[in-house]
Amino acid sequence: MDDFLAARLQMAFSLGFHIVFACIGMVMPFFMSVAHFYWLKTKKVVYKDVTKAWSKGVAIFFATGAVSGTVLSFELGLLWPTFMEHAGPIFGMPFSLEGTAFFIEAIALGFYLYGWDKLNPWFHWVTGVVVGISGLLSGILVVAANAWMNSPAGFDFVDGKYLDIDPIKAMFNDAWFSQALHMSVAAFVSTGFAVAGVHALMILRGRNVLFHSKAFKIAAVFGTVAACLQPISGDISAKDVAHRQPAKLAAMEAHFHTERNAPLIIGGIPDTANKRVDYAIKIPGLLSFMTTGNFNGEVKGLDVIPKEDQPPVAVTHYAFQIMVGLGMAMVFIALLYFIALWKKRQWLNSNWLLKLFIIATPMGFIALEAGWTVTEVGRQPWIIYGVMRTVDAATPMPGIAYSFYLFTGVYISLAIIVSLLLYRQITMVGKLYDSTSKLPKN
Amino acid sequence: MIYVVIVFLWTSILLYILLGGADFGAGIIELFTSKGNRSKTRKTMYEAIGPIWEANHMWLIIAIVILFVGFPKIYTTVSIYLHIPLVCMLLGIIARGTAFVFRNYDAVKDDMQKVYTPIFIYSSLITPFFLGIIAASSVSGQIDVQAQDFLSAYVFSWLNWFSVSVGVFTVSICGFLATIFIIGQAADDDRSFFIGKARRTIYTVMFCGALVFVAAYHENIPLASWIFGDTLGLTAIIAASISLIIMFFLLQRKKPILLRLLAGFQVAMILFAATYSHFPDIVLLKNGANLSLLTHQGQAKAIDTLGYALLIGSIFILPALGYLIYIFQQKKEVQEAH
Repeated sequence: MDDFLAARLQMAFSLGFHIVFACIGMVMPFFMSVAHFYWLKTKKVVYKDVTKAWSKGVAIFFATGAVSGTVLSFELGLLWPTFMEHAGPIFGMPFSLEGTAFFIEAIALGFYLYGWDKLNPWFHWVTGVVVGISGLLSGILVVAANAWMNSPAGFDFVDGKYLDIDPIKAMFNDAWFSQALHMSVAAFVSTGFAVAGVHALMILRGRNVLFHSKAFKIAAVFGTVAACLQPISGDISAKDVAHRQPAKLAAMEAHFHTERNAPLIIGGIPDTANKRVDYAIKIPGLLSFMTTGNFNGEVKGLDVIPKEDQPPVAVTHYAFQIMVGLGMAMVFIALLYFIALWKKRQWLNSNWLLKLFIIATPMGFIALEAGWTVTEVGRQPWIIYGVMRTVDAATPMPGIAYSFYLFTGVYISLAIIVSLLLYRQITMVGKLYDSTSKLPKN
Repeated sequence: MIYVVIVFLWTSILLYILLGGADFGAGIIELFTSKGNRSKTRKTMYEAIGPIWEANHMWLIIAIVILFVGFPKIYTTVSIYLHIPLVCMLLGIIARGTAFVFRNYDAVKDDMQKVYTPIFIYSSLITPFFLGIIAASSVSGQIDVQAQDFLSAYVFSWLNWFSVSVGVFTVSICGFLATIFIIGQAADDDRSFFIGKARRTIYTVMFCGALVFVAAYHENIPLASWIFGDTLGLTAIIAASISLIIMFFLLQRKKPILLRLLAGFQVAMILFAATYSHFPDIVLLKNGANLSLLTHQGQAKAIDTLGYALLIGSIFILPALGYLIYIFQQKKEVQEAH
């Protein structure tokens, strides 16, 4: 395997792995804190049981997210030294703040996990909330750094030199808000649906139903509300990308020709050689409307982008279709759930709704990975958009393919062990956590 | 501001060696404990490090962020030429961090523990070993940026007797820190068991330290003149030796906090002696074009914002971390009193 490809794949694999663990690690604490709040307020033991079970999940995901994050901070230099040499001082601000946020998260988690019956109950609860907030902040800060790669700011690029740098301006680059918003909401959608799906499966199997029903409801409400907010944040992102990175938008939409009244292309197989999309559904004018607010607005196509600056169309387009498709499916499930909550309470006890949630378990995370593929592949061939090419940033060390195989093996084994651990946590709920099923109710 | 950043860098490295090192040491000690005593060692260790173990490893992240934001040239040079030991260290970090959590959070305690435990123990050994190799290779002038072939550029930069001996020395320091730490934590009837262990780790540290000098002599690295040629460096080494002797006699007394402080002081002095003689150079290259914290710093604005970010961060982190350590220490004493 070619070293450059190996380096890109290793980075993609490491980030793709980290992103799942980081998202769960930053969202689960909020679920946990809600359950904990109900326990403190209502004194119903089942909420305490749910809180404790979830806190184990948080510990496992936090640790895995923390080590994979540590690895990433080194991999940036191991794989992309030229990039880091120039970018480090410019986009380092969010990383240095993230260090603090992450540290606080680790400290708060120490208090939380070991604080049962040792701390004041409300102080204990607050430490759980702090875990969530600092985790979310870490996520937002890291995304701000990624946004800088899409929308470089805070320096003057003169004759290949990076002059007059301003780390604060770099952090608040044009893309940070839309990206951080979209990513944070995505973390809630994917974790909410994944957790709800697992509990739905256990309810359907009739195991510890009270326990799993309470857990399901908290996760489902978070996931469904976030799913309905996500299209709004997606719209902000799309307009932003159209304005800043026309090449990325054109690749997402497989939009080859600059035109007014541009159609929204759904699905289809992009044919790059003949510059057309086969078997697609085209809705006239909608792309123009979505990106410019006007059905007659002009949308730039790949034809205005020099050939050497064009991102891979097929991967970006498919990934985008997967993300939007799954996002819409989750919005649909969310709406059914809301109808059930407000109008049709009998649906809540029906198997079909639970089955829908079970089917949706992986949807959020698939959409998350797809969305991340869109933003990363859509930025190619640039590592710093318009400034540095990815190929120029790679390490001179040969043999990266071996490193790629090694890390791939490690991440696959980790994924298997973590899945096993979760499976065991879930099947042991009856024994370890659910005190209501063992004791007579008082 | 540059000096604020350098102090933070040095302190995070020291705290990583002390806290992270004691943590690695826990696994190393488990490795060198007979099967019968393993569960006792493990239980005491887990109680001691449980609440703060995640925080201990954050210091490495802080140090690495300071390097790539403030001193990008230094970060990238090390990343390129010490790629292989860095990858080995990272694999150790992944294996250790996850195995620690897996073995404590697996809902079913069965044969899988036989998978997690060896991973935990051996990665506890490998990680500080490569950490020591990386540190030694950075300061020993073995990195050859002009090398043309793969071996001299990417392998011999770190694979030499001096680096390996420092790796072994780092492992012994970790074991030493862990045993000193655990003495204060152990129940009364286990104390003599852990005191014996502490004695043996002190001998090991002394032996490995001597080994480093032998290896340096063998590789023609003027280590002795770097450390003893300078009054401050010499003072630091003498202070470290004196504190080791005091500790040796204090082991029997019930003074766990004093012992820990002395151990911390000793390691701080060794790190000081090792870094002071070259300051402000931090990475020594074969061609003599050393990388310096002062001449290879990032642009002023980057250093300034980094300094402020670190200062603001420490306002949040240090009290919280102190309170975390304090509260669990105090609770433990209350429990023991009952």
